[in-house]
Amino acid sequence: MPEKGRGKLKIFMGYAAGVGKTYKMLEEARELKAKGINVVVGYFEPHGRKDTIAKAEGLEFVPRKKIVYRESTFEEMDTDAILARRPQVAVVDEFPHTNVPGSERAKRWEDVHVLLDAGIDVLTTMNVQHLESLNDEVWRVTGIRVRETIPDWVVEQADEVVMIDLTPRALLHRLERGVVYGREKAEQAMRNFFRESTLVALRELALRQAAHEVEHRIGDDEAGTHAEAGVQDGKRKHHRILVHVTADPQTAMLIRRAKRVSDFLGAECFAVAVQASGDLSTLPESDREAINRHLNFARNLHIETRILEGEDTAPTLVDFARRNQITQIFLARPRDRRWFPPLSRNLVQRIVALAKDMQIVIVSEREPVIH
Amino acid sequence: MAGETRRKTPDQLLREVQAEEPVAKKGYLKIFLGYASGVGKSFRMLDEARRRRERGQDVVVGAVQPQVPPEVEALLTKLEVIPLKQIDHGMAIDVDALIKRHPAVCFIDGMAYDNPPGSRNPTRWQDVQDLLRAGIMVVASIDVQYVAELREQVESITGKSVKETVPVSFIKSADEIEIVDAPPEEPIERTPEEQVDARRREQRLSKLRELALVLAADVVDHQLQEYLEQHGIRQHFGAHERILVCITPRANVPDMIETAKTIAEKFHAELIVAYVNQPNISPSDRAALEDKLQTARAAGACIEILEGEDPVSAILEFAKARRITQLFIGHSQRSGLGPRLWGNPVDKLIQRSRGMDVRVFPQ
Repeated sequence: MPEKGRGKLKIFMGYAAGVGKTYKMLEEARELKAKGINVVVGYFEPHGRKDTIAKAEGLEFVPRKKIVYRESTFEEMDTDAILARRPQVAVVDEFPHTNVPGSERAKRWEDVHVLLDAGIDVLTTMNVQHLESLNDEVWRVTGIRVRETIPDWVVEQADEVVMIDLTPRALLHRLERGVVYGREKAEQAMRNFFRESTLVALRELALRQAAHEVEHRIGDDEAGTHAEAGVQDGKRKHHRILVHVTADPQTAMLIRRAKRVSDFLGAECFAVAVQASGDLSTLPESDREAINRHLNFARNLHIETRILEGEDTAPTLVDFARRNQITQIFLARPRDRRWFPPLSRNLVQRIVALAKDMQIVIVSEREPVIH
Repeated sequence: MAGETRRKTPDQLLREVQAEEPVAKKGYLKIFLGYASGVGKSFRMLDEARRRRERGQDVVVGAVQPQVPPEVEALLTKLEVIPLKQIDHGMAIDVDALIKRHPAVCFIDGMAYDNPPGSRNPTRWQDVQDLLRAGIMVVASIDVQYVAELREQVESITGKSVKETVPVSFIKSADEIEIVDAPPEEPIERTPEEQVDARRREQRLSKLRELALVLAADVVDHQLQEYLEQHGIRQHFGAHERILVCITPRANVPDMIETAKTIAEKFHAELIVAYVNQPNISPSDRAALEDKLQTARAAGACIEILEGEDPVSAILEFAKARRITQLFIGHSQRSGLGPRLWGNPVDKLIQRSRGMDVRVFPQ
């Protein structure tokens, strides 16, 4: 077999359980197998759905690995066994899954990267709500904080993202007929996550994300084939974005928002914290921990981070921005009480006053709608 | 007042809307949207026809494509088909026969056709309208190329002119829309020239695919906004970004508009430019303003002139009513270094704009 380099990743993206992601993925696996391609199922979560289970019949399964954690046995994908089996294509359900502690890697997407590195093509599934940069939007629409998230760059690296669409009404109909879950769980789901309005909003998110993924890939292609694309890009203003990192819990939202904008604009993104001592050692432990967590979070999203030394945050930040040709500074909107007393200016006011030569974006927390 | 309506969940409201709908208002319309022939639209749609029939529904196919692949052929043998009617030298769906037969659901594969002269209606989508008016549910398919309002964009992508189209308003009137998404087929490796051709083709298809996804998202958003509108929910709900650029005669409008346009394009956002009417504006400012509004219009923004004694309140009220997610304003004219910042409209806007991002521009 010729050496083919890194494997290709294809993601089947949906907006809720039951839209048919796994079904479509298995259908494709069968078609590949029929064409004589060497396909195995690395991980498949049947959820007791008859149609989906039928689609998996006749495909070769690599047995899962058993992992004992706190006296319970869990089953995870056996990445080593798949590597040893050396298929051309591996089917791996539930891309955003978090492995049980004690597994070799924390996340299933990291296991998938191991397979890709070994030259194996991977078909996988995910719902749009697991995308890190959409975490706040999803919270607003559903009232649920999704914990299992995937950094956007992981999805952007996929060779293909296909939207698996189904109208919310058809999905609810499936749910009512007990196709997706058992009857009792279905009723509970329809009262919570599976409200029609929530599904409509999630579906819109998924469609827009899928459009973005397509556009992102067209851009890649054009850069490769058309010299004129480079000329056009040169004319466009190149943006550099700076995010201010603090111990405030809003920082995670701020980082996500700034990263999403910089991804969409093709801009570079930096995240900085400002401390008088230039490091975090003088801070109370809770603040230190929070800032470290936020800086780590930024790094996981492939944002360059730094801790700046400065007594006074506003001028330090603006000075750094000027020296690094920053065009946009992202700040969190101060909480309401910070606007008082009226005569002492808060950080946002001070930076707006100091940095009149760049764009300042004040990001506001968006609260969940009713629920 | 707002508090009362906000106590209801969007879901309750949805149910209320559905309950209010008169029973025999019209037939239900479901659209399958594709971006090119060969993505499997016909199969997906007719497979739904098969499933409905197996569940005992009275299903009829009113139109099929002139050429069908074998798997679609196989599906059709299991379905009742009322063939197209020959009119002069062309073909049209047999509306009379379909209304007479009056199935529960009628499937129309391919909605963007002009009917031959002498037909009941000039176009097939109008025939579909007649079926709906007769109380028949219609499931119909269309490719994004044939949406009238997208014609220019499509022609610039494909280089081909499109004659037969369906207005976007009809697509948006659908009760349900489903997109049939599939990436373009991988080009098979051939000679280098052929490979370049194949890649160009793939790019064209990807651009059409993006158009289709955005159109589907817009239709979905339209449905969601209608529900919210009807029930006075003012909060932003959904995934659609809406940008409001506030301009003054002295604002650096070209810079603001350029950024707004880029962001609007990338996020497929709605772009609105607003100006708050000032009573004592000088003639030179008036001229500068006209010039700036012209720039905004040229960028394809929708222009709004707001009234109100307090510009900050006027802007924020409008922003809330239109569910704006990003507010663009210019840095204040007055020097901001004094202690009097509290009276600065920029600060007031930032302070009072909850739930949306504010982007302050250099002047």
